[in-house]
Amino acid sequence: MTFLMQILNGLQLGSIYALVALGYTMVYGIILLLNFAHGDIIMVGGYLSWIVMARLGLNPALAVLLSVVGCMLLGVLIDKIAYAPLREAPRLSILITAIGVSYFLENGAQLVFGADAKVVPAFGDFGTVSVGGANLSVTALIIVAVTIVSTVVLTFLVQKTKFGKAMRAVSEDMGAARLMGINVNNTISFTFAVGSALAGIGAVLYCMAYPQVSPTMGIMLGTKAFVAAVLGGIGSIPGAVIGGFVVGFAEVGASALGLSVWQDAVVFLLLIIVLVVRPTGLLGRPMTEKV
Amino acid sequence: MFENVSRRQFLQASGALVAGLGLAGCGGGSDTGTASDGGDASSIKVGVMGPYSGDVAQYGLACRNGAQLYFKQINADGGVNGKQIELSVQDEKGDATEALNVYNKMVEDGVSAIVGDVTSKPTIAVAQASVADNMPCVTPSATTADVISFGDNYFRACITDPFQGKVMADFAAKQGYKTVATIYNSQGDYETGVNGAFVEQAAANGITLTSEQGYAQGATDFNAQLTAIMSDNPEAVLSPNYYQDTGKIITQARQLGYKGVFLGADGWANIVGSDQDYASPEDLEGCFYDSSFVASNDDERVKKFVEDYKAEYDEDPTNFCALGYDAAMIVAAGLKAAEEEGAEAGSDDYRQAVIDAIAAGTVEGVTGSISYKGTGDPAKSTLIITFKDGAEEIFDTISA
Repeated sequence: MTFLMQILNGLQLGSIYALVALGYTMVYGIILLLNFAHGDIIMVGGYLSWIVMARLGLNPALAVLLSVVGCMLLGVLIDKIAYAPLREAPRLSILITAIGVSYFLENGAQLVFGADAKVVPAFGDFGTVSVGGANLSVTALIIVAVTIVSTVVLTFLVQKTKFGKAMRAVSEDMGAARLMGINVNNTISFTFAVGSALAGIGAVLYCMAYPQVSPTMGIMLGTKAFVAAVLGGIGSIPGAVIGGFVVGFAEVGASALGLSVWQDAVVFLLLIIVLVVRPTGLLGRPMTEKV
Repeated sequence: MFENVSRRQFLQASGALVAGLGLAGCGGGSDTGTASDGGDASSIKVGVMGPYSGDVAQYGLACRNGAQLYFKQINADGGVNGKQIELSVQDEKGDATEALNVYNKMVEDGVSAIVGDVTSKPTIAVAQASVADNMPCVTPSATTADVISFGDNYFRACITDPFQGKVMADFAAKQGYKTVATIYNSQGDYETGVNGAFVEQAAANGITLTSEQGYAQGATDFNAQLTAIMSDNPEAVLSPNYYQDTGKIITQARQLGYKGVFLGADGWANIVGSDQDYASPEDLEGCFYDSSFVASNDDERVKKFVEDYKAEYDEDPTNFCALGYDAAMIVAAGLKAAEEEGAEAGSDDYRQAVIDAIAAGTVEGVTGSISYKGTGDPAKSTLIITFKDGAEEIFDTISA
């Protein structure tokens, strides 16, 4: 019974990491940028939920909508303002810009909302269900279900739609894609919109599970999701999901064995092992030198 | 050309600034000269230090407000022995080195006693330095055991971490709990201090400890630890953590379906009420924590303090405000005794007289009746606070 509950705990934590990792992976896949501001977009999404429910006292459904749409717009805006002008610049410049955006969002939130944590009201009264003698948290089940649905939709989007085809083409070779008549800038914006919408969903799920938001909450969450994306093979959608669950289970496993203080260490140790054994991650394609 | 001019201007300007500071410094120096000779006969200098900027500023400011209020009141009542108390209020930014600088400056200024420091690490630094001067000091809020261990001159107004752990373990036994578990931040001095004492005393009281779960500073997901705790279904769970963590722990435990009681310590203050609820009132219903102060207390002394504080600062006082007020009261009682003895202000005898008076006296503070029985730790009463219909109320008073 406890074992079943711990499995669900791992799935819940892993789901949130997976959703965030998807955003990292998509942006990296298309413009080879490690978008370090991604975790902070989730923080902004959390605050949007808080504003809608705690400050304005509106319906949780509106909070979900505003968080997802708000994150989506923020992602596109960040790309237009901070990353698009550096499209042709060296990779390092754009990486440093991403770190700058991250600090900007963290400090901006601290200025606007203050440094202490804000409590996000409950999205609903879900309680627990009894399955085979174990009381399972409905919140956790919702989080896992939303993640699965999001991943399926995203996979469909990338594999079966015209936009998805454009994204894959741009990630393959930006110059050639442009020659083939693909609007590269629109495609990149679309990628940011989708990745950030996933961050918005992640923010809502995070607030459901751990109902507090603070200006620095995105740092560790972003770092862990980044680890998940690299573990799974950065650039790979199924890889990000698998990586997220691996990190989630590693943390819960460590805590269940009484090593909670070591859970961060366990995650990073796992990353080191994978990078040594399989440098491209679990599902990453082997790197080939272009000649 | 332009660059040269501006550099010269800069040098001139900074020269003027340094000269100005130097003069100001000299002025201050000559001032302290007279102060250490006994100062103005109609006033007594008292230092108040704490973090008024930086991460822990909220505690420092609260203690300072409380202390300033008390000294203001005593001055309005005619002062100590007819002498007004003159405060030297200094910011140490929550930093041990800064705290030492501030302390040295206060000694130079010729203070007769100090209210401070506020958080444990800087307080230890000040406590070590103050032994050589035999400077009477009362910290409102530093709970770590070491603070009072360096000399006989340091006292605290607050209860200690181990004391709180023991109080809650005795309370758990009194409530008839047979099985308890604990979940605590294993990287925090405060949390481990309360937890350790609780575990020890619970065992002595014949309570079975089903599980003891540590977690890392900054953790947000407690589901794994809570699931492990719930596998033994204990009657009560101790969460001796600050209100933000405790809020998350209780919310997640209720999501997992845990129905038992949560116990806590004074880090829970502010968990509900201030501007938001860190755990919902329904989730907290019937839980308990210990604290030495609650603004809703019916006690006459507390009521008057809350009224006065609101009139002065236009907000409700917290536990730290009350401790600052009591620390000032303890210092003032010591000064009064030394004045009555006729010791010369600023002398060694004067400081010793203040220390002796604090050690022997009893002060009726707003956080309880405070006396010292041979150590710098107060023997004082503690309140057990519970949550009923979403509001905090006093469940019990544990006397010293």
